[in-house]
Amino acid sequence: MIEGILLGLKTALSFTNLFMVMFGCIIGTVIGMLPGLGPMTAIALMIPITYGFDPSTGLILMAGVYYGAVFGGSTSSILINAPGVPGTVATTFDGYPMAQQGKAGKALAIAAYSSFSGGTIAAIFLLIAAPMLSKVSLAFRSPDYFALMVLGLTAVSAFSAKGQFLKAIMMAVLGLMLATVGQDSLSDIPRFIFNSMSLSDGISFILIAMAMFAMSEALMIIFKGKDPSKVTKSISLSELGSIRLDKEERKKMLKTIPRSSVIGFLIGVLPGAGATIASFLAYGMERNFVSKEEKEKFGKGSVHGLAAPETANNAACSGAFVPLLTLGIPGSGTTAVMLGALLSFGIQPGPRLYMTNPEVFWSVIMSMYIGMVILLILNLPLIPYIARLLAVPRNYLVPLILFFSVAGIYLIYFNTFDIFLMIGLAVLACSLRLYNFPMPPLILAFVLGGMMEENLRRSLIISDGSFNFLWDRPLTAVILAGTILLVSWQVYKSFKK
Amino acid sequence: MKISTVKIISLLFFIFSAFYLYTAYQIRVFSFDENAAFNAKTFPIYLGYFGMFIAALKIVLPEKVSEEVDQKFLNYKKTLILVLIMVAYGLAIRPVGFFLSTSLFLISSYYFLGERRWLRMFMLSFPFVAIFMFLIHGLLDIYLTDPILKALGVIG
Repeated sequence: MIEGILLGLKTALSFTNLFMVMFGCIIGTVIGMLPGLGPMTAIALMIPITYGFDPSTGLILMAGVYYGAVFGGSTSSILINAPGVPGTVATTFDGYPMAQQGKAGKALAIAAYSSFSGGTIAAIFLLIAAPMLSKVSLAFRSPDYFALMVLGLTAVSAFSAKGQFLKAIMMAVLGLMLATVGQDSLSDIPRFIFNSMSLSDGISFILIAMAMFAMSEALMIIFKGKDPSKVTKSISLSELGSIRLDKEERKKMLKTIPRSSVIGFLIGVLPGAGATIASFLAYGMERNFVSKEEKEKFGKGSVHGLAAPETANNAACSGAFVPLLTLGIPGSGTTAVMLGALLSFGIQPGPRLYMTNPEVFWSVIMSMYIGMVILLILNLPLIPYIARLLAVPRNYLVPLILFFSVAGIYLIYFNTFDIFLMIGLAVLACSLRLYNFPMPPLILAFVLGGMMEENLRRSLIISDGSFNFLWDRPLTAVILAGTILLVSWQVYKSFKK
Repeated sequence: MKISTVKIISLLFFIFSAFYLYTAYQIRVFSFDENAAFNAKTFPIYLGYFGMFIAALKIVLPEKVSEEVDQKFLNYKKTLILVLIMVAYGLAIRPVGFFLSTSLFLISSYYFLGERRWLRMFMLSFPFVAIFMFLIHGLLDIYLTDPILKALGVIG
């Protein structure tokens, strides 16, 4: 492990990678701060930039953007009560009341220190857990992988939108259908290409990610008449107050951070759960841990109430890397986007990643520490200024996002068909999002589609066409039982209503 | 009886899945693969059936909460114009070239979204695209076809 850490440090501390972490953190913070534009949009916009990069550098940049976006999301939650990402909704409960009391600077500092601590502690857990789990996951066979992917898709669908399970499953099926377009990976037989040469290689993952997130998000801003800059304009630098914390506040944070880190990391590891559930759970649990007197302060600007979700959402971000790096199966929409990018680099994440590409495996883990430090040093003093920069009106913001999306896809493939396909998919995504059809299951399914078909193919061939493979191995049966439980829970919930 | 938009979307998804399933059955596999445990059309066929099943469930099951969207807050006109500008951009990018088409796309988008400060609009289009192209073409060495700039001798 020491060798790996040193290798990771060597890669992560190279000038290019260090610059990429910094760049990613800043860009992520700016994009994450804009209400509605979350880490998935930020990462989707980064994919074309990383295209010619070394895989480690590309992934380091995306990890920086991911952390930056989560951090940026908490800033808009605190300052304008508008969470940039769902994972920071719980931050508004106590962050915004603190800002209203004239303690916005303090709230931002608590968020920054908690995010830093949560992310760092979870990165240590990741450092220990990932290699161990990699060894365990070597025992996984095709049926287990297939079952795990079904579980992942079900979990993401179950958690992605409250009470919208069927809609989410529909989106997952659509994602799998889109993934089947192009030549069959084994026989090279063309499928669903309708005699179009442009479709023979399938639909590009980058195109799907850009259309479903960046472009459709920009169109939604116009469609719904939202203007994030209007609220941002009201921020005054003088109203932020001091960012210094007193001894009492530091003491409170010291108690909250360790327990919220553990909760956040564990929830992050689970497929589908992610930062949003982790932050709410940490908030709820923290309320039970504190004294009665402190409990009264929850929702009115409690330090515990702000530190808990902030710690947990960052810890969950690190936790989400565990299934991605060890099993090659992303647990969330954001890590699915990263998996897609890794696959386009020609890297197959999974149990063998840390043997075949140790520099990628370790440098991502090490860059997380570096990213956390950079976020703390760079963003804390710069937050008020970055927040002011966000007063960019939508008249400029939207065309620029659209330009980066179109140019991003055109500069990779030089094919105008892709531009039209992207516009069509973005319009489709816009209409679906309007009626709360969630997009994360679609992107996850699209990324997993090929692997899912491959594992199903192997399993069915080994079992001679019989579906016995689903319960022949105890591990497969246990994973499938988890899926059945999850579906049953969703059915029970819908009938209970 | 009023049918909700979500149910209409689900019905469209049902039709789409049925069409997908029909197309999946039309996939030509090798003759020796026809009766294999798994061939190129197996997974799509499962998906087609599953898609129809889920869509049918959504259509049949009652909606407990209304999911209708208040149409008066939606800006169809502006969104449609923006989509049409993007389509025009897509059509022009090859014949007109990256520089001019992108700059015109940006200026027209700013204008249709209500911007009227011409100097700012100009700065965030032509010079902005020129810098972007310099980064892409000059530094990252990604070749960009641009007939106008080529005719002017700016790029090779």
